[in-house]
Amino acid sequence: MSWNFKSDRPIYIQLIDQIEMMIFSGIYPPGSRLPSVRDMAQEAAVNPNTMQRALSKLEEDGLIITHRTSGRSITEDENMIKKAKTRLAQEQLSEFLANMQHLGFDRKEILSIISNMLEEMKI
Amino acid sequence: MSIILECNSLTKAFGKKRALSDISLNIEKGKIIGLLGPNGSGKTTFIKLLNGLLTPTSGEIRVSGIQPGIETKKIISYLPEKTYLNDWMRVHQIIELFCDFYEDFKPEKAYDMLKRLNINSNDRLKTMSKGTKEKVQLILVMSREAELYLLDEPIGGVDPAARDYILETIINNYSANSSIIISTHLISDIEKVLDHVIFIKDGQLVLTSSVDEIREENGKSVDGLFKEVFKC
Repeated sequence: MSWNFKSDRPIYIQLIDQIEMMIFSGIYPPGSRLPSVRDMAQEAAVNPNTMQRALSKLEEDGLIITHRTSGRSITEDENMIKKAKTRLAQEQLSEFLANMQHLGFDRKEILSIISNMLEEMKI
Repeated sequence: MSIILECNSLTKAFGKKRALSDISLNIEKGKIIGLLGPNGSGKTTFIKLLNGLLTPTSGEIRVSGIQPGIETKKIISYLPEKTYLNDWMRVHQIIELFCDFYEDFKPEKAYDMLKRLNINSNDRLKTMSKGTKEKVQLILVMSREAELYLLDEPIGGVDPAARDYILETIINNYSANSSIIISTHLISDIEKVLDHVIFIKDGQLVLTSSVDEIREENGKSVDGLFKEVFKC
């Protein structure tokens, strides 16, 4: 897993996005333990305070659980993960749909473009 | 939150020339701070004032609550812009020298890093390239368990691969109790590891802000903002 950062957004937000992606894609399965903040910071080559901030936010959102004595793990609540995953999908789709409207496509055209693409990409 | 560095209207003049004027700032413990500014903006003067190599013309500085002097040298690990080590010495001799000088120097840490960078501790400094010398000096400085590390242009002469290793070393070696001030103009390389940046220009404080705030408020990287603020 390589970490990539763009220059236009805060690094901690990009860390949150990338860690979420690792949770959703199963690189960090539900219930699995996370490496220490320091190790994660080193791997991503970022400041440990920044990594700490990202992990705290993920904890607030309920995706990560902190155990008082033994570090952090991914939540075992698969429903929670699914919800967060759906939320991400909705966000991306709404951006996409806004762009399509901007281009002047109507509902029917958008649907047909999508179904053609799905056909082609065999999803 | 405790403060590692405090400056009140700090001013330094060399004759008629003001190298730094009226700098006031506080820095919390446990942060990595970038001291950024174009050539001749006063970065090195600022760092030399912090470690007591220069004395302020007016204003005051406190490092961990005390004025720069013998006591602060125990807690500050300083990487100068120029080498001060004797170049006839072998690396292991310099390590012994550092063991004598600094209570908080950890030789095992130094040997470990030398090994990672493939530097032979039997080599004499004068046989080394500029970049390798810089690596040795940085290793020595980071092998102390200091409260404040002052790094004046630490990555200027080293290749990009070693640069990554050095940044990794910096991340690894610092703890919640220590703080690091890095002066550089190679911003894009180090931006990811910084908590906070201080911009200075013509000896004056232009901006102090956290890296995340800069990105949030300006929608651009510190490097991008720097180029805008210091546009020639």
